[in-house]
Amino acid sequence: MTDPTTYLSHLELGQPDNTFLDSNELIINMGPQHPATHGVLRVILKLDGEKVLGTECVIGYLHRGVEKIAEHRTYTMFNPYVDRMDYVAAVSNGLGYCQAVEKLLNVEAPPRANYIRVILTELNRIASHQLWLGTHALDIGAMTPLFYTFRDREEILKIFEKYCGARLTTHAFRIGGCQYETYEGFEQDVKNFIHTAPAKIDEYEELLTTNRIWVERTKNVGNISAADCKALGVTGPVLRASGVKWDIRKALPYANYSEFDFEIPIGQNGDTYDRYLVRMEEMRQSLRILHQAVERIPEGPIMAKVPKIMKPPVGEVYHSIEAPKGELGYFIVSDGSTQPYRVRVRPPSFVNLQALDIMVRGQLVADVIAVIGTLDIVLGEVDR
Amino acid sequence: MVTRLQRQYGSGIQEAKSYVSQNYLLLDSSITHEVLQILRDEEEFDYCVDLTAVHYPQREKQFDLVWILYSFARNERIRVKTMIADGQSFPTSVDIWVTANWLEREVFDMFGITFDGHPDLKRILLPDGWKGYPLRKDYGIIQQDQEWVKINLGIESGQ
Repeated sequence: MTDPTTYLSHLELGQPDNTFLDSNELIINMGPQHPATHGVLRVILKLDGEKVLGTECVIGYLHRGVEKIAEHRTYTMFNPYVDRMDYVAAVSNGLGYCQAVEKLLNVEAPPRANYIRVILTELNRIASHQLWLGTHALDIGAMTPLFYTFRDREEILKIFEKYCGARLTTHAFRIGGCQYETYEGFEQDVKNFIHTAPAKIDEYEELLTTNRIWVERTKNVGNISAADCKALGVTGPVLRASGVKWDIRKALPYANYSEFDFEIPIGQNGDTYDRYLVRMEEMRQSLRILHQAVERIPEGPIMAKVPKIMKPPVGEVYHSIEAPKGELGYFIVSDGSTQPYRVRVRPPSFVNLQALDIMVRGQLVADVIAVIGTLDIVLGEVDR
Repeated sequence: MVTRLQRQYGSGIQEAKSYVSQNYLLLDSSITHEVLQILRDEEEFDYCVDLTAVHYPQREKQFDLVWILYSFARNERIRVKTMIADGQSFPTSVDIWVTANWLEREVFDMFGITFDGHPDLKRILLPDGWKGYPLRKDYGIIQQDQEWVKINLGIESGQ
């Protein structure tokens, strides 16, 4: 086990050490209003010239008290709020919450609803990764991928809009299933997307994978070992890029993921380049799931029988799903009334961000930008 | 595993049950830190998924501290709970799982539970000067608004 003191994520912000005249230790502030921090994240950097000696994250600028709000809303009323946490993957948020409440109520969504859920969640995973790729590449200095990924992400958002009327904060699922039946031509739209997407992913790879600048800026940048990932609770593509083959869709399957055939891509070095490759491959695997799901989607009801006024029995439940960023969990305590007694959200971005310090120590300031991008954090979820 | 722990700690293990097929342990607060250490070292629960708290103001021991642990080797999740009183501090688990660092700071921020031996216990999401602990049940949801409009606009309620 690594010595825990090596992970200390705070700085001793005293007087700068001026004992030596040539000492040029510097404390500078990055953010909170900076486009490369992907929201409002403030990082205090301790530098020796260009080299990072330590960091401290200051978060909470987007804190809205989601967990407190939950205690004052009914189970149904709280559902749209979860979309506002990770707002680029709202569908995944909704899926996790609905399934957690379904566990409390002891109901199960019907098969057709599960298929619709899987299709929309996987589309959302691709959309989230596309947005990540575009902004991450832009931070590092490649502008073209941004236009390509946003062009293609639009196709997914169009499907969402046709399905439920919203593009980002979709509120697509209800406790017990889905509220909306698929629109006419839904399957064809998804098929069209699956048909055109692989060539587009190849296009992104053509721009970056062997690009000299991209490789120089990402290889051996922000390395993190598998042991460090586990100690820090880091999940999602970051964990997988360090060589751990772990995905909740396989390890503890939910919805009907156990019915689909797909691979979990892993990396070896745990650097920014590997995380990029892992996410690219994840998009292709999502397409595989989509392909199988859209072929096999059964007929039938889309809502289970759930009471109009939900009063889950007294008890606690923890349910987590593999969101595009990692393990997204909901811990819900019911006291038998119509409102949850306590809702705790276990956000992947919050926990992953804690690894920033160990990933950037000893690297250059410019690499901090690359690492924030590669962690794929959404500040709405970090701060809740 | 549970029988082994029960043999060692007897009545310190107050409950070992499962609800909707999720296992949980309710422990006496004096042995919790030790058991957590054992869970990681001997039972391979090497990933601390989450640490949070629940407030029950009508109880004598007002807070539930909840750890959600996962073992990669066993592919199994377990929930460890313990009850502590208001004002009682608890030994930190940063020495067991480093990830507890921010999670404990959040529990402190929201509930005011202090952790002994934590390397940097301060508010994480709320500003440093914040009054009160929002996720306690006695903290009203519009309290903050009311105070602000009273001071800044001179009216009773902004609702």
